[in-house]
Amino acid sequence: MSWKTLSREKEKMNDLFKIVIGLVLFFGLFSIPFWAGSSSGGNGPEIVVKEGTEACVESKEFMRPNHMHLLDQWRDSVVRDNDRVYTNASGKHFEKSLTKTCLNCHSNKEEFCDRCHDYMGVKPYCWSCHLSSEEQI
Amino acid sequence: MRKDRRNFLKKLGVASLFGIGSAGALDQYFKKTVYAELFKEDGLKENTTRWGMVIDMTKCEEGCTACIDACHFQHNVPEISGKKEEVKWIWKEAYKNAFPSKSHPFTKEETQKDPVLTLCNHCKNPPCVRVCPTKATFKREDGIVMMDFHRCIGCRFCMAGCPYGSRSFNFKDPRPFIKKINPDFPTREKGVVEKCNFCAERLAKGQAPACQSACNNRSIVFGNLGDPNSEIRRVLMTQNTLQRKTELGTDPSVFYIF
Repeated sequence: MSWKTLSREKEKMNDLFKIVIGLVLFFGLFSIPFWAGSSSGGNGPEIVVKEGTEACVESKEFMRPNHMHLLDQWRDSVVRDNDRVYTNASGKHFEKSLTKTCLNCHSNKEEFCDRCHDYMGVKPYCWSCHLSSEEQI
Repeated sequence: MRKDRRNFLKKLGVASLFGIGSAGALDQYFKKTVYAELFKEDGLKENTTRWGMVIDMTKCEEGCTACIDACHFQHNVPEISGKKEEVKWIWKEAYKNAFPSKSHPFTKEETQKDPVLTLCNHCKNPPCVRVCPTKATFKREDGIVMMDFHRCIGCRFCMAGCPYGSRSFNFKDPRPFIKKINPDFPTREKGVVEKCNFCAERLAKGQAPACQSACNNRSIVFGNLGDPNSEIRRVLMTQNTLQRKTELGTDPSVFYIF
């Protein structure tokens, strides 16, 4: 091996080292939101429900991912089909109303609705027309 | 049979006579089906529901706004001054504007003088429903012309379509202009059209419309036009009533006694 090719090999080695360092730094910085937040925000925000209330129209496990679809169905069936009574899985009847049924228990919009919606970065526009409990007074 | 020119012409003459007649019949048939298609003109079958209202202007007290106040409180209608941006569900209108084709220089003085109580007519052939591009305005089976505020994009085609001026647009956020908020009914937001809904939310609970309940002089009769035994049908059978702008073919469900 001549001296010339040896130095070229050496240069290559040096480049590889730089590239690896660069990649580690890049991915490290790029993934900050994932590993930095894993200890603090994993469980989502704490939400508050008024004490001493009965069970929700459906189970907590159903409502968490599906409440928006349920509310969507309610509003369409009330406004367009004049169907105002909801019967849940266990046969109980409820009035299909965000303000009259849901807000009875979930009376604190800031501590119940907003905390989760802010955390998830969603902005539902229910409240530009429907009145929250505080606004109803 | 002999085949000659004379006989052929005779037959042709008889046939063409039928032809002319049948052209008219075809035309009639075509009109009927096309109209039926356009308006879904089902004719009112007995014992189906079509909500209607009779307003007896002879009993309506001048200067009284009980029905207007009750309605506007019930539905959180904002009070915005100025003709351009005002929002109204039920209001009083000069006779010559409410009934332009029925008013003439020799109209009975008290009829002409007193403003007429006007609201959405819940037409059988509602032009607002036909022009709405999002189906936010639709006609229910019981005749109520209803609005789905969630779907309204504020294009205001319905306001151009309505010949009665029954629709208002929210040029600004209406909430600061609502004197007292009724917690049982939502407000509207900026950029949405609104109008009378014949108190659909009260009818669902078996209550009469707010305007009728509020009237102390019983000048409003509300009921089912499809029920031949209803009070409204009895009033319509026994008294002479008018609809607004019948010449437009909208067939209002609101009737007037003068």
